Amino acid sequence: MRSLSDKKIEQLRSIAANPDFSSTKYRIVKELARGGMGTVYLAEDPELSRQIAIKVLSTPEANSEIGRRMVREAQIIARLEHSGIVPVHDVGVLPDGRVFYAMRLVRGERLDEYAARAGSVKDRLRKFQAACDAVAFAHAHGVIHRDLKPQNIMIGSFGEVLVLDWGVAKILPPHRVSEASEAETLMLPARKQGANDSQSISEDTTHGTIMGTPGYMSPEQARGEVEQLNQCSDVYSLGAILYFLLTNESPKPTKGHATPDRQFEPTPRPRELNAKISKAAEAICMKAMAPSNLDRYTSAAELSTDIARLVDAEPVSAYRENAFEKTGRWLGKNRYLILLVLAYLLMRFFFIFSARG
Amino acid sequence: MDRDTDIGGLQHRFPVTSHSAIVAARSDDQQVRQRAFSAIVASYWKPAYKYIRFKWQASNEDAKDLTQGFFAAAIEKNYFAGYDSAKASFQTFLRTCLDRFVANQKKAEQRKKRGGGADLFSLDFSSAEDELALYGPTSADSPADYFRKEWVRSLFTLAIGTLSQQYDDSGRSVYFKLFELYDLRDDEMEPKVSYASLANQFGLDTTSVTNYLAAARRDFRKVVLEKLHELTATEEEFRTEARALLGVEISEIPLR
Repeated sequence: MRSLSDKKIEQLRSIAANPDFSSTKYRIVKELARGGMGTVYLAEDPELSRQIAIKVLSTPEANSEIGRRMVREAQIIARLEHSGIVPVHDVGVLPDGRVFYAMRLVRGERLDEYAARAGSVKDRLRKFQAACDAVAFAHAHGVIHRDLKPQNIMIGSFGEVLVLDWGVAKILPPHRVSEASEAETLMLPARKQGANDSQSISEDTTHGTIMGTPGYMSPEQARGEVEQLNQCSDVYSLGAILYFLLTNESPKPTKGHATPDRQFEPTPRPRELNAKISKAAEAICMKAMAPSNLDRYTSAAELSTDIARLVDAEPVSAYRENAFEKTGRWLGKNRYLILLVLAYLLMRFFFIFSARG
Repeated sequence: MDRDTDIGGLQHRFPVTSHSAIVAARSDDQQVRQRAFSAIVASYWKPAYKYIRFKWQASNEDAKDLTQGFFAAAIEKNYFAGYDSAKASFQTFLRTCLDRFVANQKKAEQRKKRGGGADLFSLDFSSAEDELALYGPTSADSPADYFRKEWVRSLFTLAIGTLSQQYDDSGRSVYFKLFELYDLRDDEMEPKVSYASLANQFGLDTTSVTNYLAAARRDFRKVVLEKLHELTATEEEFRTEARALLGVEISEIPLR
């Protein structure tokens, strides 16, 4: 037999490593990204002549906990029809037993890459607000993400903001969904006969299970208090993302099982790292990241509203201004109008004096 | 479903029927030990030979003698019985043994004393030399990286040979022919073939070509995993190697 070249070995490795999609209508083009739970491939859907992304679980056990979780991730995303959440087209099991789901291919960059490359504070805040709106939509449908971080937010080629990776998302039992929500609570089919949805969820995440990313997970999440998690836990993570966008640094991990006392370092306030950050922006960030979930914004929608007000130079709920700050903000917001009026008055004076002269 | 011999998914799992040659090399049974050494030599002689040529800058004649001598000594002194999977992978262990052996040989200049030419194994060194000329180490390769790279080449070459043999034995040689023409074709030397042209050549329809190729790729993956299973000592090492080589997680089913 002839010798195998390095290139051929790579091709064979890819043949052996790539999932077998022969039982589906999709054709794998190449690997896009590899994570702890699975691998995302660029694939083609020949029937619709379009490119899509397919996430394939690494473990070939559809009935394992991780396999079930991935099916549920697909079901959760499929039901969250929002422009800020990537639509899922299909879910299934490959001949080798690995679960996959097909979704829209998002071309763009991650929020952390976007922040490193460019973006004025205002631009960053607008993107952040769009992410808050997508999360607020999920909250309104009784779903909490539980792993929000800059790496899980994509900025598309046209500036659209998409929240990704709902792999550890949780569906809250109806009584724990905000009463203010008018949307219908998302219900997934129970996995076992007679098991309701909240039971199914508790199988996935029992007390003491820590899911999330240090620095971005709430204190209750870091302590593994699964039953305490609600929308406010995601609000904390959004606050941590805002912290990153304002300071370019990730917050320090909160105290919990994942961060023992001896490793714990308190997170400095944003203005300690960058004095140019406004007090209002800092206040919003610190309110979202309050250690107690009772002190945080009650929902991502409320946080989004405060961000919108901050961008529009309106007063925000998280910060009480003094008269001097109020005047300064008003002047800042209306500076063009003030300049216009001053220019007009200057011209008037000039004409009056020149007429007298 | 026999969970003792299956890895993979629910429907077409990858049955691993091979046993660990590393474990068998410690057997009290002479025949079992012999078979295990043959499997180890088959997959490691080429990487060992090329590694000696690269790291120790040995001439091809010296490298041949040292390769033969190393495996002969490994069998005679039962080197592999001393392998402890908790300390390193078998691949690293074998490379360390090889280094030690070559260093000792060089020091004592025992090549002549050993008598040379008394070869224990029939090894095709000219093919190893051809490969060395074509795909020799690059400036970026460390000796350890190069050894691993050559071990992967050896593993895949053996897997292709086994796949061909299995298809011949089961009367499905057309599967391997298609795999050879489509997936093993040298992209730079041979013209690209399409599913349609293969269908035409073998008197099949395109769907059959698609299905046969998918089956051959699945079986190739299975054989690679079997070989890997054979050449690792523990489940943990097997899983680690499978992850490193193919990026796959093997399910938590007992394999041996």
